Amino acid sequence: MSVNLGFIVLSLVKIVAILAYLYGLFWAMGHANRLVKVAGVVLAFGIIQIALSVQIGETQILNDFDRGLLFQACTMTMVALGLNLIYGFNGQFSLAQWGFYGIGAYTAADITYRWNVRDARGLLVAGIGVILGGLMILAVGRLVRRYQGMPVLSQFTLYLIGSVLAGAVAVVIGNVLNPLLVPLFGTPDAPGILASPAVMQVVFLLAVLIAGAFAAGVSFLFGLPVLTLGSDYFGIATLGFSIVVQTLMVNTDTILPFPEMKGGRGMIGIPKLTTWFWAFLFLLAVIVIMRNLIHSSTGRAIMSVREDETAARAMGIDVAFYKLFAFVMGSFFAGIGGGVYAHYIGFLSPGTFDFLVGFNPLIIVVFGGLGSMTGTIAASFGWIFFLEGLLRVLLSQMGTEAPTWRYVLYPITLLLLMLLRPQGLLGNIEWGFLKRPAVALRARAAGK
Amino acid sequence: MTQTLYATTATTTTEPEPVLEIEGLTKVFGGLRAVSNFDLVVRKGALDGLIGPNGAGKTTVFNMISGLYTPTSGDIYFYGENLVGMEPHEITQLGIGRTFQNIRLFPNLTVLTNVLIAYHPHAGYGLFDGLVRNRKFEAKEREMVERAQDFLAIFGLERYQDELAKNLPYGEQRRVEIARALASEPKLLLLDEPAAGMNPAEITRLMEYIHFIRDRFNLTILLIEHQMRLVMNICEQITVMDFGEVIARGTPKEVQNDVRVIEAYLGRGAAGRQGVSA
Repeated sequence: MSVNLGFIVLSLVKIVAILAYLYGLFWAMGHANRLVKVAGVVLAFGIIQIALSVQIGETQILNDFDRGLLFQACTMTMVALGLNLIYGFNGQFSLAQWGFYGIGAYTAADITYRWNVRDARGLLVAGIGVILGGLMILAVGRLVRRYQGMPVLSQFTLYLIGSVLAGAVAVVIGNVLNPLLVPLFGTPDAPGILASPAVMQVVFLLAVLIAGAFAAGVSFLFGLPVLTLGSDYFGIATLGFSIVVQTLMVNTDTILPFPEMKGGRGMIGIPKLTTWFWAFLFLLAVIVIMRNLIHSSTGRAIMSVREDETAARAMGIDVAFYKLFAFVMGSFFAGIGGGVYAHYIGFLSPGTFDFLVGFNPLIIVVFGGLGSMTGTIAASFGWIFFLEGLLRVLLSQMGTEAPTWRYVLYPITLLLLMLLRPQGLLGNIEWGFLKRPAVALRARAAGK
Repeated sequence: MTQTLYATTATTTTEPEPVLEIEGLTKVFGGLRAVSNFDLVVRKGALDGLIGPNGAGKTTVFNMISGLYTPTSGDIYFYGENLVGMEPHEITQLGIGRTFQNIRLFPNLTVLTNVLIAYHPHAGYGLFDGLVRNRKFEAKEREMVERAQDFLAIFGLERYQDELAKNLPYGEQRRVEIARALASEPKLLLLDEPAAGMNPAEITRLMEYIHFIRDRFNLTILLIEHQMRLVMNICEQITVMDFGEVIARGTPKEVQNDVRVIEAYLGRGAAGRQGVSA
């Protein structure tokens, strides 16, 4: 048994460095000067990009292992931020987040996988399906609003029928259009325009967005009836959802018509398209959307639901709508995270989306502080770099069985944290950009 | 009985238009008739009171007006529009604001945020404006904050704006609740025991506030209260409930001398022994 002291020190340095990096990034983004903002973001992107590619002597500054950790942290941040919106800001205890993450991962992976094997149906069907589904939700929504007081299960039935129709139409259109596009892929020897790397990048971007939208659509259908349940019952229903999703993943090739996903054996051959550029871009986009949402009137309405539903109703807040909205938005982030994840790991296994692993984002959100964006982001990065980066490697050096100790050590850490700091590590603290904009006391007019 | 009382109020029709008209309102919880055949007319600009012993059904009436409970039967008209079957937030948006008997602020949000939330239906910008933070968002958000600060200033709460609501003293929390209800831009304000837990000096100030906000915001106010001093001093028309029914209605003076009211508060036979022992 030997423990590499240098590795421990280096890992701790990395954790501190990444937190300092995040602090600096948010400081710059929160700066009043637009130049500082842009420079900060570009610099933040550049530093990591350089560290990932430049070698000093024999060693790369950030090696492939660090790269994996970094991407893992980025996707975990997106998932956890989404969950924080649902649980931390809206107060709905959800265990379904990991399921939406999985849905996003498989959706995006299927689109690019098929594209890679010269089949445009993935993109066509999913893309058209998502657009039609969105239009259907708007249309049915108008219909439902006209008939006041329609029971929620009747609404659900309408949306469900609409979704099935939208899906069927998308499949038909996709199958009709696909043969027209196939020739444009060319042959393996003479790749056509659609097989070019640039188009692939666009397809990847679309795939991730569609994955987010698809996860959001599923969460809409699921959340509409289930969010009417009280908090604890909702939690149990979401647990059920995660189990259903995982079961379907194990059976993608048997009860679902997706042989390329290979069921429990895991989906291989997903093009590894996630670069630091994309990971950083999606991370930043999720953070900016989340922050702008929270610090707007909509965000305040979402928080009022958490604080006191009855009072929120009496203040004119449509509680049912904002619960559903937060849930859908949070799932959208999870779907995006899933899409990014699938394309850096290149391999999807249903085991990854087991509901037990799904407690990780929940723990991160609670650990970082419910209702704290900074806490969630810092905890996601800290979590990945500490548990995966340090502890797992460290313990594996101590013996083959030792990594199991992780699952003894970190629950104890959590217990201690909950006892000592129940509001989470960072409580209500927000860094720079994520802070609530300060509202100046208005100077009262003289003589008033 | 209620029928005749209703008739007496209906004869005074020289008054302004009715804001709130309640007819035959009944709420049954299991075997309990919490409110039974309740009638009420509140006219524009009125400051009326709803009193009665504990458990008389006053708050249940408020909860039905604000849509938190669905009446078992009966109708509630607000400017001629029937509110029965509407969602609470729709009723609030029509112009009925309320406070709660046990304070229901948003405890972990700042005082300013509490008031801003009530503005949400009148925010004037949508989700998209908020996400991209365009000029419309900036302008409307500033306008909202300024108006919220105005409300806080009226109630002398501006220095607490960044304080979490739960950290405020009780009296201030009550005032924040009223400020928040006003921010929802009501035409009719329902105050559920606004003076609960206040000392005599605070009650005096509260009475001034209530008069002031009615005149300043052109409000119609209906309040539930146990503090007789407050009710008798500021209410113009009082409805007395007991066991879910209206037992008396009239001016403070009329109600004060009503035998049934005295019985309801002090027990049967108390009307005769008044002054012997309380």
